[in-house]
Amino acid sequence: MADSVENAPKAGELVKRHRLSTRLWHWINAGSLLILLMSGLMIFNAHPRLYWGQYGANQDPAWLVIGAREKAGQATGYVQIGNRRFDSSGILGSYVDGDGRPQTRAFPHWATIPSNYNLADARLWHFAFAWVFSLALLGFIIRSLFNGHVRRDLHVKRHEWSPRHIWHDVKQHAQLKFPGGAAALNYNILQKLSYIGVIFILLPLMIFTGLTMSPAMNAAWPWLLDIFGGRQSARSLHFISAFLLIGFFIVHMAMVMLAGPFNEIRSMISGNFRLPKERGDIQQEADQ
Amino acid sequence: MSEKHEWILPRRQLLKGGILGAGGIALSGCDALNGNLQFREILKSAEGLNMSAQQLLTHRAALAREFKTSEMSPIFRANGSVTGDTAEYKKHKAQEFANWRLQIFGMVAQPMKLGLEQLKALPVREQITRHDCVEGWSAIGQWRGTPLGLLLRKAGLSAKARYIIFHCADKFGDRPYYESIDVRDAFHPQTILAWGMNGGELPERHGAPLRLRVERQLGYKQAKFVMGIEATDSLANFGDGKGGYWEDVADYQWYAGI
Repeated sequence: MADSVENAPKAGELVKRHRLSTRLWHWINAGSLLILLMSGLMIFNAHPRLYWGQYGANQDPAWLVIGAREKAGQATGYVQIGNRRFDSSGILGSYVDGDGRPQTRAFPHWATIPSNYNLADARLWHFAFAWVFSLALLGFIIRSLFNGHVRRDLHVKRHEWSPRHIWHDVKQHAQLKFPGGAAALNYNILQKLSYIGVIFILLPLMIFTGLTMSPAMNAAWPWLLDIFGGRQSARSLHFISAFLLIGFFIVHMAMVMLAGPFNEIRSMISGNFRLPKERGDIQQEADQ
Repeated sequence: MSEKHEWILPRRQLLKGGILGAGGIALSGCDALNGNLQFREILKSAEGLNMSAQQLLTHRAALAREFKTSEMSPIFRANGSVTGDTAEYKKHKAQEFANWRLQIFGMVAQPMKLGLEQLKALPVREQITRHDCVEGWSAIGQWRGTPLGLLLRKAGLSAKARYIIFHCADKFGDRPYYESIDVRDAFHPQTILAWGMNGGELPERHGAPLRLRVERQLGYKQAKFVMGIEATDSLANFGDGKGGYWEDVADYQWYAGI
């Protein structure tokens, strides 16, 4: 926050918000993550079972299975977690493809790259865009450490760790009360924690669990297997953290919509951000 | 003020429409790009990058993890072809491979023919390793076999040879299975021609009488039903020239370390 109240930009003013490096990385990351997700779902389709440990194949117990079974001449799709089975016909396990043909694959055509089953092609996409994603993340983290983005914007200050402060922020979010004026330029504690969680935990976790699935990397860096508890555990964690990222994406989109999608998206494209009105101003307008 | 709003609104709709439109184009565009030969070449260039990066990080002789007997898969899944298909193979199988000979030829000073008993009389390497299918599953099994490097030295591998081709007796339709690895991997200490598995003979479904184990790479590189190994300086003269059956028919990566 600006030190001097006098110099602080006022509500309604157009200010520069996101740096070029942040904006560039944001969109490269968003695009490559979408491609990695969709090609990854196709790779999962080749063996839609997840295990814990060093090994795992069809005869071994799986903690997650997406499959289909024949019922009265019709395929019903299911998702099995542990011993519990849920019917997921039409979405997971069994679905009708773009040409109207019934298919029994785990993830449907609209969620995968390419849309028709092809493991080899999905691998081409996945391992090409893995480079784009990883190098962009590395570049962004290094740049953000040096340009002050991490220290100034993401670093959690001592007072923000207090349970009272966190609880206050939770309540503000629950009531959809967002800060106005210059205060809107600062990330709040929940925002900081989720961005830190994604940038420094989930995204690197995707890279390292991904590397752990590579037999050559296992020989190069055997400690990968020890950290994650085996190749099949790493495959499970890769899948779980991908879905945590989808969870983040949904909340992220909801917050953008609530905070004003035009202003928020513009600030991530051109960097320009119009400071929202102070809550008092909004209240006054409502009273008039 | 109202003028400004009028100006903002179309922009806002434009932005919204743009995002939805971009999403739609992205989804259907991926299939179009997937079929675009130039774009595929860009995607495929990552294979070379992956291989160089991994070789940079991996010591030439860095070992794949070896496991304890207690860590083995209770059932080792058999995948791909589970039978040898050529008439020659069937004849040898009926004779329990008594007259079967592994042929070593191509760019070697001394082409060789070795029977199963001759192979078994050579120094043996035993390893319990993890087999990783390109599909995503893994199985841990024990292999006993002859180090490939030892055979290549015996045959006097030419210094000009770059690849070792594995000619197999299983077929997909009319196409015989084959695979290839480079000389670097051929001389890796864990690269063996296995004739024993899980304490017994190598079963047919796992490639009897002889299969390749090139640890540090995926399952489709582990050629089964190996009848001959040929040293060469180019992959161009085999199959469609991409170095293996799956590489030829489906564009699977020749380098399968990932």
